[in-house]
Order: sequence, then C-alpha cells, then structure tokens
Amino acid sequence: MHKQNTAGQINTNVRDLIAEKKKKKSVGNIMEKLVPGTLLAIATVSILTTIGILLTLITETFLFFKEVSIVDFFTGTELKPLGDNAVFGVLPLLTGTLISTVIAMLVAIPIGLMTAIYLSEYASEKARRILKPLLEILAGIPTIVYGFFAFTFVTPLLRSFIPGLEPTNILSPGIVMGIMIIPMVASLSEDAMSSVPNSMREGALALGSTKLEVTFKVVLPAAISGIIASFVLGISRAIGETMIVTIASGSSKNFTFDVTQSMQTMTAYIVEVSGGEAAAGTTLYHSLYAVAFTLFVFTLIMNMLAQYISRRFREEY
Amino acid sequence: MKSIDHNLVQKKMGSRLLRNKMAKLLFMLATLFGLLVLIVLIYRVIRDGAAWIDFDFINNKLSTDPERAGIMGAILGTFWLMLVVAPVTMILGIGTAIYLEEYAKKGKLQTIIQTNISNLAGVPSVVFGLLGLTVFVRGMDLGNIVLAGGLTMALLVLPVVVVAAQEAIRAVPGFLREASYGMGATKWQTIKNVVLPASLPGILTGTILALSRAIGETAPLVVIGIPALLIPLPDGIFDKFTILPVQIYYWTLDSALVAEYTNLAAATIVILLVVLFLMNSVAIFIRNKFQQRY
Repeated sequence: MHKQNTAGQINTNVRDLIAEKKKKKSVGNIMEKLVPGTLLAIATVSILTTIGILLTLITETFLFFKEVSIVDFFTGTELKPLGDNAVFGVLPLLTGTLISTVIAMLVAIPIGLMTAIYLSEYASEKARRILKPLLEILAGIPTIVYGFFAFTFVTPLLRSFIPGLEPTNILSPGIVMGIMIIPMVASLSEDAMSSVPNSMREGALALGSTKLEVTFKVVLPAAISGIIASFVLGISRAIGETMIVTIASGSSKNFTFDVTQSMQTMTAYIVEVSGGEAAAGTTLYHSLYAVAFTLFVFTLIMNMLAQYISRRFREEY
Repeated sequence: MKSIDHNLVQKKMGSRLLRNKMAKLLFMLATLFGLLVLIVLIYRVIRDGAAWIDFDFINNKLSTDPERAGIMGAILGTFWLMLVVAPVTMILGIGTAIYLEEYAKKGKLQTIIQTNISNLAGVPSVVFGLLGLTVFVRGMDLGNIVLAGGLTMALLVLPVVVVAAQEAIRAVPGFLREASYGMGATKWQTIKNVVLPASLPGILTGTILALSRAIGETAPLVVIGIPALLIPLPDGIFDKFTILPVQIYYWTLDSALVAEYTNLAAATIVILLVVLFLMNSVAIFIRNKFQQRY
C-alpha cells in the first residue's frame, strides 16, 4: 500500500512536472517563433534604408530633369543656381570633385602604400605595436577637424610658397583629404600584404634577394588585388568627403582646372544649398537631389569596383 | 656549367643593399609623415584653443560676443543626439547581426542583406543627410529636432555596429552553443543566455566606436538644417539643437569675419577630441578587460 502510494505520488509528480514544463514551453515556443520574424524585420531596416535613399534621390531627380534637360545638366559648364536666370550645369562640380580627388590620391596612395610596406615588411613587432594605434588615431579624427586644419594651417602655409593661391582653394583641402585617407589605404594594404604567406618571402630571401626585392617582386604582386581595392576605396572616400572641401575650398562654381582657385565639389554644393533654406519644390531644391544622385552613383561604382577587384583577383594561399 | 657570374653578383651587391637601406628609410619617413601631421594638428588646435577653455566657455550659451560665447548648447545637443543614436543603432545593429549570423539561411536573402550593408557603409554621409531631410524632417514632418537628426545618424553608423556585432558573434566558439543545446536549451535561449553574453564585449566596443563616429559627423546634420542661430538649450529629443562639430563648422566659416572665432573653434575641437579620446579609451578598456579568447 505504502509503496504503491509513493510510486503513485512520484507518478503524479512527474506528470505534473511534464505538464508544468509543457506550459512553460508554450511561452518559450511563442518566443521561439516570434524572435526570427522580429529579427528579420529589424534586418530589413538596412534594406529599407537603401530603398529610401534610392527612392528619394530618384523621384526628386526625376522632377529636376523635368525642369532642366538632362543633356544640359551633364554637359553644362555653367552653374548659377540662384537668381532668375538660374543655369544648372554640373560640370563645375564634377571637375571640383575630380581635382580634389586626384590631389588627395596623389598624397594618399604613395604615402599610404609606403606606410603599409614599412609596417608589414620592415618594422619590428614593437614599432608596429606603437605605430598602428597612432595611425588609427589619425583615422579617427573627425573630418570637421581636418577642415579646420586645412583652412587655418595648411592654406596659410601653402600661400607662403605659392603666392597666387586664393584664401579658399582646392589644393589645400585636397592635400588634407589625402592625409585623412592615408591610414585607410595603409591599413587595408597592410592587411593584404600581411596575408601573403611567409614561405613566399623566405623562398625569395633564400635565393639572395634583399628585402626591397622581396617586397616589390614577391609581396606586392601577390597582394596587388587588396592593394588596388584599398586605392579604389580611398577614391570613393575622397569623392564623398564633405566638410574639408566645404570649409577650405569655398563655394565658387567656376569651371576651371586651376588648383589655386576656389572650386566647389558635389558634396559641398549639397551642404551649401540644403543649409541655405532651399524651399521645397523649387528647381534649386531638386538640383540638390540630382547632384546627390550623381554622387551616389559615382561612389557606388567605386565601392562595387573595389569589391569586384578584391574578389575576382584574390589569390588564396 | 656556370649559371651564376659571381663577379657580377658581387659588383651589384653593394648597390642592391644600398637601395634596400634607402628604401627602408623612405618608407619609415612616409610612416612618420602621418604622425608628424597628427602632432602638428593637435599642437595647433591646443595652441589656438586651450587658453579659451574655462568653466564659462563650457557652461555659457552661444553668443555673438566671442568673450562670452560658450558651448553648453552644443554639449547638451550632442548628449541628446547620442541618447537617440545609441539605443536605435544598437537595437537595429545587434538584431541584424543576430539574424544574419544565427537565423538566416545561406542564400539569396542573406547575401542581399550582407551586400547591402557593405554598400551602405560606402554611401557618403551627405547623402544620408538628404535621406534624413526628406524622410524624417520633411516627410514625417518632425522638423530639424534631435529625434530627426538622431535617426539619420543611427542609420549612418548602422553598418559599423552590424559588422562589429557579426564578428563578435562569429567569434563565440561552437562548443559553447553545443553545450547549451545539450542541456536542452532552445535556439533563442542559447542566443540569449550564451551567445550574447559571450559576444557582449565585442559588440559594446563596436557600438562605442560607431558612436564616436557619430559624434564627429557634421555633414548630415548641416544638410538637415541645424540652425546657426542662437537657440535655447535643448531639453529633450523633441527640441531644436546644435552639436559640437556643427558649432566648429560655423565658427570656422566665420573666422574670416571675427578672428576670435578661430580660437573658439579650436577650443571646441579640443573638447571634441577629449570626448572622442575618452570614448575610445573605454572601448579599448572593454576589449582588453572583458574579451575572452577561446
């Protein structure tokens, strides 16, 4: 009797436990089912952002091209967005962007690549451990600070060498932009070079090469895809850079190739026009989106090119 | 058979070694160039600005009079902005990362989201500014208040948080998950109780770095139309506001008119850099102190 009772009690206890567990599980089950859906919804926000960007840019750009012919926009060398006889030609902005990017890359590519070579091939472990965080600081400085630096230090410095340099010019922000991009080119190139296996270096060294020869004949060719991708990403960054050029290059919309002159980039135009109370619905307001769309397409092409290069030409070791 | 001419090798050796040495020197100088610029930049900013930083400068409101101008408004604005950016970008970023790493099946959707995130990371910040202007400021009719700016910024730095969180989650070793499943835990229980706690240091580090990027961003907020006028101190996320970088921007632009504005801009930069330095130190501290290596 007693025994049975205990057994029965245990039985009910286990049954209770299972029932209780099942009840708990149903709460858990709901979570189990809710969570993936919620997370998926959250994950689609990034896609919605892209769609939002595309939609706003495309619709307003479409409105703009109803008012201004697309041919005039892309071939026009005159940009006078204000006043009664407003003329919208994007070429002055394109040359401004192009020239500042070229100047920036003339600084960033050689210095960035040499820095990468030094860090990856020459520097001792100790030197690398000190230098790399310092370069990261350089990369972490806000662009507005670089803009201030270009305007209040680099421009006056350059003017003491180049007498014809205007107080606002494209040369100084171009150079500073290049300095800003050095850490990016350096660290991406260095990653590419560090992933070249040591056995290849040792092979070349054993044949009697100097370090320089190893670098240029073995490491650089092996890492070339990553290095080029870093250049392309740098270019994309330079095209999209805003505050440095806005502050230090002024807002002159001249169509010129003279680097001592003030020029406006696409990004600086967007800042100037949107900051200046452009009323919604006007051609001026729509021009903002046409320029931004052009800018977006340029940077998108560059980013996809960088991804393509590093994927297509990567050599796996 | 004599394939190597020893004399020739000997003759060339000297110049090869010399070239190697010269190149090494050149590469080192190139590396030091970046650091030299960093030193000059920081020196200039401190020289121009440090003397202007005192209690009044931090505590005063904006003023056209350089002697009385302060940055309390910009500090509060930055604070409220971060109060919007941090939770929004963390929820979106960590949620996306968990979905991509734990739930998404390898396939089209996952590839689309992943590619999309890396492309978003390359979109210039002014374009995000236009998105914010169109959708939040005008579309939802929020006006240029903290909330609109914060949402714009959150989307801008989202890719940084997603990528950092993904890396942190991926670094959690499989045996921890398997042990949890072995104890009868469900997938969500495993993620909540095992994966997230283990990856938290990495996620936090990434988030702080993303926030420090947001604190220094200027362009999107200028595009949204933060006024250069004297506005009352912001009291919450529905107020109009200004932030430190935007303040630096306007003072730098006007420094041609009032020479002292250069000093005010420099002083504000010093404050901004100190804030950034503190945030990065916290990030590095978390990474070193709490990150476990498995």
